[in-house]
Amino acid sequence: MRKELRFAFIRTIPVMLGYIFMGMAFGLLFQNAGYNFIWSFFTAVLVYAGSGQFLLVDMLQKHTGAAAALILMLSVQCRHMFYGLTFIEDFKKMGKAYPYMIHSLTDETYSLLWGTVIPEGLDLKRTRLMIAVLDHSYWIAGCTLGALLGSLITFNVTGVDYAMTALFIVIFTEQWLGNKNHTPALIGAAAGVLFIVLLGGDKFLLPALAVSVGGLLINQKLDERKEKTENG
Amino acid sequence: MVDFKYSVMIILISAIATFFTRVFPFAVFGRRQPSKTVLYVGKNLPSAVIAILVVYCICGGGMDMHTLLPKVIAGVCVVALHVWKRNNLLSIGLGTVIYMALVQLVFV
Repeated sequence: MRKELRFAFIRTIPVMLGYIFMGMAFGLLFQNAGYNFIWSFFTAVLVYAGSGQFLLVDMLQKHTGAAAALILMLSVQCRHMFYGLTFIEDFKKMGKAYPYMIHSLTDETYSLLWGTVIPEGLDLKRTRLMIAVLDHSYWIAGCTLGALLGSLITFNVTGVDYAMTALFIVIFTEQWLGNKNHTPALIGAAAGVLFIVLLGGDKFLLPALAVSVGGLLINQKLDERKEKTENG
Repeated sequence: MVDFKYSVMIILISAIATFFTRVFPFAVFGRRQPSKTVLYVGKNLPSAVIAILVVYCICGGGMDMHTLLPKVIAGVCVVALHVWKRNNLLSIGLGTVIYMALVQLVFV
């Protein structure tokens, strides 16, 4: 248990930096909208989503209706629908933690779970669960602390959230170095750049993901055909 | 004043909508043995997703030079450090410090 926790802690340090400060930004915003740390705490536990929670504050302030809130939230969170595909088999083996692993599958946890090679000698399931739980606790701590004492921070932390950008870049570099097949990464990069230029930062994620899945499907068909001609 | 009932309702809707998007692939593909295509996409999608997230983090905050340049410079440092030392925390830690220095001191 200790070994797994230690390993998971070291691996999740970048997420800790990102989540605590991003969470604090949320807590502060929520506090200013009239919701104290108890609201922040429960929102972080139950919703557990960065962009989703910022949208939530916006909706509460505008007094958005239930149906509109549902549709808005679904459209912001749609990208998650793709993430589970990677872990369908792995999460099934998680036993009682199965629903929790699904609930805690954020961008960062997804990237970490996939990008981390868990060394032999560590319990695989337990380590995965630890990574998920630690990430979630950082987020809860950040959101709650932000509401409690966000206004007390006086030193300049501008840019500390870059830790999460750096984490994604490291995982990208790692998979690039460890993988002979660069096609999926290139498909994602091309789709990402194309749609962010076309649609801008707040609307590009979903089309970029959808086109990437399409690209992967075409790539799979091409691979199959190549194999067939090579074997036949 | 906070409207208690309304706020609880909207927070719960947000939580349910978010969980729905996360549970969706498990609900659809989780019960039976997933097809070869689903497995293929699941296996290769992360590389594409990570690339998209990198693009999002670098370009999502605005595409003017003043916003973009420090992110790109720090990003190049992260890649270089990582190729050189292959140490996650070093690449991420130093990259973040470089970015913080850039936005607080150079690109103010």
